[in-house]
Formats: sequence, structure tokens, C-alpha cells
Amino acid sequence: MTRRDRYAKIVLYAVLVAALIVVVGPFVWMLLSSFKSEGEIRSVPPTWWPSHWTLTNYRDLFSRLDFPQYFANSAIVAIIVTLGNLLFCSLIGYALAKLDFPGRKALFLTVLGMLMVPGMVTFVPQFVLISNMGLANSYAGLVLPFLAGPFGVFLMRQFLLAIPDDLIEAARVDGAGEWRIFWRIVLPLCKPALATLGILTFLASWNNFLWPLVVATTDDKYTLPVALALYSIGQNRIYFGLLLAGAVVVVLPVLIVFLALQRHFLRGIATTGLK
Amino acid sequence: MPATVPRWRRAVTGWSFAAPFTALFLVFALLPVVASLVMSVTDLRATDLRHPLAVNFVGLDNYLRLFDDQLFRRAAVNTLIFVVIGVPLTIVAAMAAANGLNSGLIRLRGLFRVGFYLPVVTSIVAIAVVWRFLLDPEAGIVNSLLAAAGIDGPAWLQDPRTSLPSIIVMAAWRNFGSLMVIFLAALQGIPHDLYEAATLDGAGRWQQFQRITLPLMRPALLFGAVITGIGYLQLFEEPLVMTQGGPLSSTLSVSYHVYNQFGFGNYGYAAAASYVLFVAIVALSVLQFRLLGSRND
Repeated sequence: MTRRDRYAKIVLYAVLVAALIVVVGPFVWMLLSSFKSEGEIRSVPPTWWPSHWTLTNYRDLFSRLDFPQYFANSAIVAIIVTLGNLLFCSLIGYALAKLDFPGRKALFLTVLGMLMVPGMVTFVPQFVLISNMGLANSYAGLVLPFLAGPFGVFLMRQFLLAIPDDLIEAARVDGAGEWRIFWRIVLPLCKPALATLGILTFLASWNNFLWPLVVATTDDKYTLPVALALYSIGQNRIYFGLLLAGAVVVVLPVLIVFLALQRHFLRGIATTGLK
Repeated sequence: MPATVPRWRRAVTGWSFAAPFTALFLVFALLPVVASLVMSVTDLRATDLRHPLAVNFVGLDNYLRLFDDQLFRRAAVNTLIFVVIGVPLTIVAAMAAANGLNSGLIRLRGLFRVGFYLPVVTSIVAIAVVWRFLLDPEAGIVNSLLAAAGIDGPAWLQDPRTSLPSIIVMAAWRNFGSLMVIFLAALQGIPHDLYEAATLDGAGRWQQFQRITLPLMRPALLFGAVITGIGYLQLFEEPLVMTQGGPLSSTLSVSYHVYNQFGFGNYGYAAAASYVLFVAIVALSVLQFRLLGSRND
């Protein structure tokens, strides 16, 4: 390695480490401060390391607010939305990639075009629809508009296109019906794509904010982000340590899933991006 | 399926696989897109929902009113500033991170990659809780660091001069990780021989970046610019949780304006504003494809 390369390396490390501190630092501060007393959080100048560790903030999440309920709501909604997308998107993905039927191209283009429609365009009519169906402030109302997302169709179709036709043809020659082929051959081959889609959908649903903010109108239907937002602004504002502990509860499950399954995540982003 | 299978049977099989998704998609996506367009040419208000037939057709009135609406104009300008500065900022940060991690000089690449990606997977509400406090004029860490350097930091989110820039920087901070992953994948697809040949020919690192990396990254850069642009044009959650659109509407965005009009019950007017956004998104996508994708791809 030349001397120039060594300097380049040192500078590069310094820049990347500084960037890492800027990006990850706020999360570290959030976690540490959630164990501080309210007085210490508001002290000037601010501290990093807690001078007295306390669990008061976390205890109050349970005793003063109904965080277990919000947590359960977030989980229920995210799990149903994820299962729905896995099922519906793999079914239509198979049809779009491997079956030849009239209307296929138009169907795909319509679904793809939906990716460009801003959320605000569908937001108001969706709300009117859900209200008129009598589903405001219900789990069904929280879940229904998200069960079938265009992104999943795109991802599953792209993945299925890469699966060789021979495999499916061979099963057809053996007399297997399309449904049997789908469940027995295609779906097992799709595991990597299903993992990616499952993680991305779960995450999007867990973090989803605007829709539950409008549809969930009583405490027992709030999801975590809704509760956190409502308690951090306006008249219901709660003290800061409690908010930080709440933020940790929102972030931690995602963080654990992400760290455990990051390969699926990052591969999913990269492949859907470039195909 | 072999082509010998009759057309009607292929239709039945294909559509039976597509049916569950398509049914939900029709009701909860396509129908709302059409309904929104219809609503935008009526004077529908929240109070009319019980008697939808009493609603009047008003033609393009809502659209014309939008351009006289001071708040909408303000929101459009804010959104444009956010996109024009935010997109390049995010792309440059993502390119820098991707190239730094791909240079072959760095160990612990996985650690950096995961770290940079962390804000992407985090709830915006949680991020807002933390950032509002970090940017607090008195007790915040940002200003205490600036004070240590002898700088008197502003009240970032409470001052109309710094509120929008703060949100732009925060959005870039939050989103550059996902572009970085896309760019890294593209960088790894560039054959290594190209750089070796260039080194033998005496090209420096910067020249190699300009002559090899940038041209070959074109499709990825285009894709990154389009999806970031589409996302940033819809700016909404950041101002909602950070500033509630204030102070003095300095962080009001078009989506936020739609949301407010919806809250006031002006459904027809809100729908018209959302369609203006839709048109802007389509136009931006087409424009970016023309500008960046004009050559051979």
C-alpha cells in the first residue's frame, strides 16, 4: 500500500465514523435518556450518560398510559396486513409472471401505475368509503386499504420471472393443475422473495402513521405511532421522559427484526431497485 | 400454460389467481383514485356525505381557487424548495456513503451499512420526538455543541428562517440510507477490470469516478432521483410531527394543505389539491427520465 493510499484510508475512516455518529448518535441518546429522570433530561447543558438510572419512564408507560394495548394494536394490524400481502401478491404475481391470459398486460400496467399515485389522492375517498361501510375506528378499517399493495405485486412478479419455466412445464406435463403447481412448486421457491416482502410490509405497517391517526378515534384502537404522536403534541402532551421511553418501545421491535434479518431487507431494496 | 389451451380457460385460470388482489385493489385503490377526480369537480363537503346527490358540479372552480389561495401557493413553493434542495442533498450523501464503503479500503462495511440504514426503518414519529429535543434551543445537544464552538445556535424549528432547512436536512439524514443500498448494489455491478485498466493508464481516483463510476451508475442514479423525487413531493409526515406546518406556514407542504382542507371538511377542494400534486409527480418523473435517461437507456 502506498503512502497516498494510507492517507486516503485514514481520511475515509474519519469521515465515515463521523457520519456514523451523526446518524446513530440520536438513537443512542434516545435510549440513554429514556433511563434519565425528567430533571436530568431537561438539564442545561444536556448530558449523554444518565447520572442516575431510573425505570420510572417505562413503568409509567404501563401505569399512566395504555401502551400494552397500543403495542397489541400495532402488532395485530401489521401481522394481518403482512399475511394479506404475502398471499394476494404472490397469487397475482404468479399469474402475471407465468400465466398467459387476456388482460394480463393491462392489469400489470394499472397496478404499476398506482405506485405513482400520491397517498393524498386516495386518502379522502378511502376515508369516506371506510366511514360509510361503518368501519371507522375498527381493526377492519385499519387493515382493509393496505391488504393489497402494488409494491408487493411488482416484487413478486420480478422474482417469479427469474424462475425457470421448465420446472413449471414439467409439472404440467405430469398433469398437475395450476393451483397444485402454485402451492407445491412455486410458493416454496419464492421463500426469499416472501421473506423480503414480509419484512418490508410489516415494517411499513408498523410505522404507518397518517391512516391510523385518522381512522382510530378512541384510545383502544390507537397504534403505537398514533399514541406517541398524540401524546407529544397538543393538549395531551405528556412529560418528556415518558415520550422517549415510548419512542424506544416503537423503535425496538423494528430494530431487532432489522438486525436479525438485515440481509433480506437490503437485498430486497437493491433488487427491486435495479430490475 | 401452452398456447393450445383455449383462450377462455387461460382467462379463467389467470384471473382466478389475480382475482383476490384485483378485487381489493379495485375497491380500495382504483375506485378512490377515480372518486377523488370526481370529487375535485364538485363542492363536496364533509356535511354533504349523508346526501351526496345534493352536491353541485362546479367544473374547474376548485382548481382555479387553488391558485388564488395564498396558503396553497405558499405550500407549493415550500414543497418545491424541499424537492429541489432535498433530492440532490440526499443523492450526494448516498453516493458519498456508497463509494466510501465500496472503496475496498474499509473494514466493518456491514456495521456502517446497517448504521446508515437505521433511520430508514425507524418510525417518523419516534424520530421526531428525538429530533425535536436535539434541536431544542436551550436544552438541545445541537446548540450545546455549537455553543462549545462559540456559535450561538438559532431556535431551529421555531424560527421561520431555519424551520424548512432543518426539515430538509432531517429528511436527507433519514432517507440517504435507502439510496445508499441501491447505489452500493450498482457499484458492485461495475467490472473491476475497468478500474484496473484505468489505473494502468494513469487515471487518478477522481478521474476514474468521473469517467467510469458516474456514467455506469446512470440507471441507478436515475432510479434514485425518481423515487426520491416522488417521495419528497409528498412531504407530509415530517412537518406534521416536527412543526405542525409552522411557524408562519414556513413548513406547510402541499400534502399537509390537503390534509388540513380535509380536516376542515372541504373534501372537493382537498381532492383538487391532491390531483395537482399527482400531476406534478407524473411531470417530475417524465422530466427526470428525459434529463437523466436520454442516452441509450
